[in-house]
Amino acid sequence: MKYLRPFAALFAALALAPGARAEGLTVVSWGGAYQKAQTEIYFEPFAKATGVKLVQDSWDGGIGILRSKVEAGSPAWDVVQVESEELQVGCEEGVFEKLDWARIGGRDAYLPAAVNPCGVGAILYNFVLAYDADKIKDGPKTWADFFNTAKWPGKRALRKGPKTNLEIALMADGVPPSQVYKTLATPAGVDRAFAALDRIKPQLVWWEAGAQPPQLLASGEVAMASAYNGRIAAANKANQRHFQMVWTGSLYTLDSWVILKGSKNTDAAYKFLAFAGEAKNQAKLPPLIPYGVTNKQAGGLIPAALLQELPTSPQHLDESLHIDDAFWTENIDRLNQRFNAWVGK
Amino acid sequence: MAADEAAALGRRLVRAERRARLRAFALVAPLLGFLAFTFAAPLASMLWRAVADPELGAALPRTGPLLRAWDGRGMPGETIFATAAAELAHAAQDKAAGLLAKRLNYEEPGYRTLILKTANRLSPPFADGPRAAMEAIDPRWGERPIWLAMRRAAAPVTGFYLLAALDLQQGEDGIAAVPAERAIFRIVLWRTLGIAAATTAACLALGFPVALLLARAPPRRAGLLMLLVLLPFWTPLLVRIAAWIVLLQEHGVINDTLTGIGLTGQPLPLLYSRSAVLIAMTHVLLPYMILPLYSVMRAIPPVYLRAAASLGAPPFAAFRRVFLPQCLPGIGAGSLLVFILAIGYYITPALVGGAADQMISSQIAFYTIGTANWGMAAALSAVLLIATLILYAAYARLAGTGGLRLG
Repeated sequence: MKYLRPFAALFAALALAPGARAEGLTVVSWGGAYQKAQTEIYFEPFAKATGVKLVQDSWDGGIGILRSKVEAGSPAWDVVQVESEELQVGCEEGVFEKLDWARIGGRDAYLPAAVNPCGVGAILYNFVLAYDADKIKDGPKTWADFFNTAKWPGKRALRKGPKTNLEIALMADGVPPSQVYKTLATPAGVDRAFAALDRIKPQLVWWEAGAQPPQLLASGEVAMASAYNGRIAAANKANQRHFQMVWTGSLYTLDSWVILKGSKNTDAAYKFLAFAGEAKNQAKLPPLIPYGVTNKQAGGLIPAALLQELPTSPQHLDESLHIDDAFWTENIDRLNQRFNAWVGK
Repeated sequence: MAADEAAALGRRLVRAERRARLRAFALVAPLLGFLAFTFAAPLASMLWRAVADPELGAALPRTGPLLRAWDGRGMPGETIFATAAAELAHAAQDKAAGLLAKRLNYEEPGYRTLILKTANRLSPPFADGPRAAMEAIDPRWGERPIWLAMRRAAAPVTGFYLLAALDLQQGEDGIAAVPAERAIFRIVLWRTLGIAAATTAACLALGFPVALLLARAPPRRAGLLMLLVLLPFWTPLLVRIAAWIVLLQEHGVINDTLTGIGLTGQPLPLLYSRSAVLIAMTHVLLPYMILPLYSVMRAIPPVYLRAAASLGAPPFAAFRRVFLPQCLPGIGAGSLLVFILAIGYYITPALVGGAADQMISSQIAFYTIGTANWGMAAALSAVLLIATLILYAAYARLAGTGGLRLG
């Protein structure tokens, strides 16, 4: 029933409600097509191989949830996939366990970027510009086109919050990718980013869960969206869509697995991290959803044609911008407030 | 003797009364205990968190008092440098440094890294003294702002969060407004009060005639009408909001009908707007207005109106001068109930409103769920609580406490 389509967001919000406390290992990821793929290759095979009862939950990020779960003592979540900025902040504040790398295959088994005292890299992924090629023939090529509502009318979906959007706005305004964070570090640069966003503010729709952008594109509610590259590819495959991705100026970053401090299931958690870190297991992820994986040996087990499509391919790395975690941990409080003030006026 | 007997009787009477009082207290004690546990304690803890400032004291217990004793002029003395350096180097071992970094970063972006970098790199003994060691790690230690920020964070209580909740900040020369581009909370507070007032007015305008009809109808029909009022009241909140989303969305029932019969070419942007928030909130809160009005109107004997008519009052004058004044307690109670419920609304604006229609609860939720900035969340809650109390006091002053009757 078409009237029920917007309820995806409602159900996503409900899914965030704290679940009943369950026995066994609770693993928390980002829902939707991505978590479905993880269930198939990590969660279910792991439970079968080890006999550990694995309970799933999903979230949409926010260091606050993790902070309060740990402050409350004996968190209901054990293993969580976090964004890189949450990893850094949480590690400094003692929200996560310090990892014993010997138990998960050693530091050398992973890409250097995937190694952190508190977390082991899970996937590399990009925020790309996505649009529906069935609806737009002569598609956008850059973020400047994303902001060009005269040539491409229709609404635009961006992720709620300042992160990624300020970078996108500056690139659309003509700042070269290499200068983006240098510009954002100045008050004038931040003003410039918000001024650029201001130009398309009436056209903006905000998404929070990664599953939303493909839905918004499919329903025709928005003409373009920023989106996780894997979700777009998964939607194309599962629903025979013809969504296109623009890799030029896309933003790449890394998600990591962490163990929450005070978890009662650290043994099972380490077993899970070791399982999800093995090359042969990681190599099964990209065919289901094209994210880059972090075990150095995994690349050799992935078909060459598929490797080209991943965020880790040299061509894609070349045209994308690495999200600067140091910048965001430093400035997130102030920019969150400014973003909230801007979006709420 | 008579006097002795009277005294003994008096004593027995006092004892009996005390027993009765104790028994009465024992009956309400569970409720009082429940309220203390579920209401008074969390409220007190929330108010305390709005002003508590424990991070610096936890990370740098000996530097804190020294900073408070420092007058804030010039640069702090060598003792402060030495104590701070020693304690920072020590704090790197546990999460106290991380929490202090988080706290100071609220004052000025960049202090997070400054604190953590310094804590991690300082390693006593310092060959050229603690000050040189700190300045070698970052020259900002040689300037006043970081020390002033630490001095502000050194006291066990702070006005920082409460000021921030009113878009104010403590600068070097007193309290000042935050830059316009970051100011949001006062706007949201006024918006919250405005939406609540508009919802109350709409509930009153819609609810008054319904309550009047209910009170005047013959019992059988009144029962049926009452069921119509109560049925939505018993329906879960999310279901009612979902129904409004179905009706109002871009390709929803209303827009499909309007475009179908050719009244509008383009679908109207009904959902995610202020009007959607007002419509949904009025719908949800309407029974809270109707029920107190109804119970007050039922208690007004119809003979009064007949008496007014027989004394020559035209119908409207009889209504305005006889009936309406007697309804005032109900109007007051219903309005107060609706208004106070409305200012705390969160889910309804979140689901049917746009970004510029969010009320203060959404900001509180952002600071609790999004960033776990308890100070900010508690300060915003305190501001909301104080605003409510002021409005209630104003109401009680206007209506007199006797004017408030919940049926």
